[in-house]
Amino acid sequence: MTDWAIAVTPPGWRQWLLAETPHSRLQARLSRAYLNWIAFTRNPLAMLGLAMFLVLIFFAAFAPLVTAHSPIEGDLAARLLPPGGEHWLGTDQQGRDIWSRIVYGSRTTLIIIFMVAITAAPIGIVIGTTAGYVGGWVEGALMRVTDAFLAFPKLVLALAFAAALGAGIENAILAIALTSWPPYARIARAETLTVRGTDYVAAARISGASALRILVGHIMPMCMPSLIVRVSLDMAGVILIAAGLGFLGLGVAPPQPEWGQMVSDGRAQILEQWWVCTFPGIAIFIVSLGFNLIGDGLRDVLDPREG
Amino acid sequence: MKSLLRLLGSVATTLLGLLLVTFIISRFLPADPVLAVVGDHASESTIQAARVRLGLDQPIIVQFWLYIKHVLQGDLGLSIRTGLPISQELLRVFPATLELATLGVIIGIIFGIPLGVWSAVRKDSMVDHLVRFFGLIGYSVPIFWLGLMGLLVFYAKLDWLPGPGRLDFGYEEMITPVTGLMTVDTLIAGDMDLFKNALAHLILPASLLGYFSLAYISRMTRSLMLGQLRQEYILTARVKGVSERRVIWGHAMRNILVPLLTVIALSYGNLLEGSVLTETVFAWRGLGLYITDSIFGQDMPAVLGGTVVVGIIYIFINALTDVAYRLLDPRAK
Repeated sequence: MTDWAIAVTPPGWRQWLLAETPHSRLQARLSRAYLNWIAFTRNPLAMLGLAMFLVLIFFAAFAPLVTAHSPIEGDLAARLLPPGGEHWLGTDQQGRDIWSRIVYGSRTTLIIIFMVAITAAPIGIVIGTTAGYVGGWVEGALMRVTDAFLAFPKLVLALAFAAALGAGIENAILAIALTSWPPYARIARAETLTVRGTDYVAAARISGASALRILVGHIMPMCMPSLIVRVSLDMAGVILIAAGLGFLGLGVAPPQPEWGQMVSDGRAQILEQWWVCTFPGIAIFIVSLGFNLIGDGLRDVLDPREG
Repeated sequence: MKSLLRLLGSVATTLLGLLLVTFIISRFLPADPVLAVVGDHASESTIQAARVRLGLDQPIIVQFWLYIKHVLQGDLGLSIRTGLPISQELLRVFPATLELATLGVIIGIIFGIPLGVWSAVRKDSMVDHLVRFFGLIGYSVPIFWLGLMGLLVFYAKLDWLPGPGRLDFGYEEMITPVTGLMTVDTLIAGDMDLFKNALAHLILPASLLGYFSLAYISRMTRSLMLGQLRQEYILTARVKGVSERRVIWGHAMRNILVPLLTVIALSYGNLLEGSVLTETVFAWRGLGLYITDSIFGQDMPAVLGGTVVVGIIYIFINALTDVAYRLLDPRAK
């Protein structure tokens, strides 16, 4: 076992993090996280996933440095060039460099998953904690609404929302977020039910804290860890749904590069110019695989039962 | 009996919620339902007449009630593109999806369960890693892209399989739909060549969906199987000399059959989702292609009609699984 993760930690920190008897809640929590991180690093596939994610971020951040051509302006004299030479992944029907479009497309992907995460998670947490804390008919109504959203296959509902809202990246994000929140609401409700009866919540209530204050200050923070894990597990699915919407023309507006749309653009000439729709699909696959590998690694660390 | 009533109640409330969601999409989102029906250049009086005809002059709660009533009567409105009742069109395209998804889930079961068991029995071996990774690829690959690649390789390059569509070009008029399932209809027509043609067209899209269902089924089988193999009764059986094959397939398998049924039903429901993109790639005239074609045709009532039907099928599958669970698992009684 390599355990380079332990080796690269400065000795002082390591001692503090691995202390048998933590002296503060913070130390205990960080120590727990550190042990999880070490377990995570022992999983080569999970580390591969993490590496894929870091590469994605690198390309998105330094897109102009790793590309030589514009992702938007095409060279009509260089239409549909096969891979090799100056355009190492070839060019599309408008003479745009496919590598450049894939690299810039990573920004679109990152924006979508980030925006979906910060939109869907808050919806879920507000609905779930409110249902769990208030109880009664409010809980019944909110959870029935949650069930109703779960009664659709995600992609189909996202399609309906996106079709009604119209094409565009904001609408695609909204459509995906509107279909992604129900599991988060369920998790938040379950967590709320376990902390609702605890003494510290009772103490807060007796000392006169309003329901809103208890929800925001004392209950929501307790839901965060499991929610963050679940959100990161869902990201691969979000990427595939976003790509599916893009493929159906409901993603970003052209000429902005988006991988799903690029696959769709290449469909017409797939038999002669296979590279136009092959490479963007590989990009979607790699990034989604990366997130799935991270997710599997996280699950192994946090829920050892699956083994 | 009491639990059955409770199940019916939960189906009814979920259905109500589902209709509320589609109702909200149809009434509150930017696309104006009246303009969608009469077009952009209609006169004021036409618009007013359409409002009354669609019931849009009523209070919103009455509108919702009318909407529920219509859907329960099987009335999903008229398609803007064709002017035909949407429910009639959905009925026409549904068998194509049923045929595809059923064959897909059968492929998923045939390969997924043995792979999952194999992977669980050889936990942490090379086989286990390979099966898990193969499944993970299924979770990660965009289905529409894999479909295009399949067409590129098996149709365009190798010429082993036919291209998109349910039959070769021009053949579809030769078959009168009876069941709507192309393989069955060609058999009824007694034309073996057409039957083979229909089957050949099914192979690629069904294998594609089968792969996705395999990824899910093998993963869940592995996890369920591991849970059983840790139990003491397995140890007892092994100690008393029961053959490994009987321990796995006779003892452990028996105990995971019921939860496995839920997994299979869920994967059947998920194939409805997968079929939307698969049908688009393979020009397969089913429910999924109907929905995406309606999106391109700006036919919002048809999109929502298709969405409602998919949702209802989904609820129905879940309820059916619940009933089966109660019947098969004595502990659930």
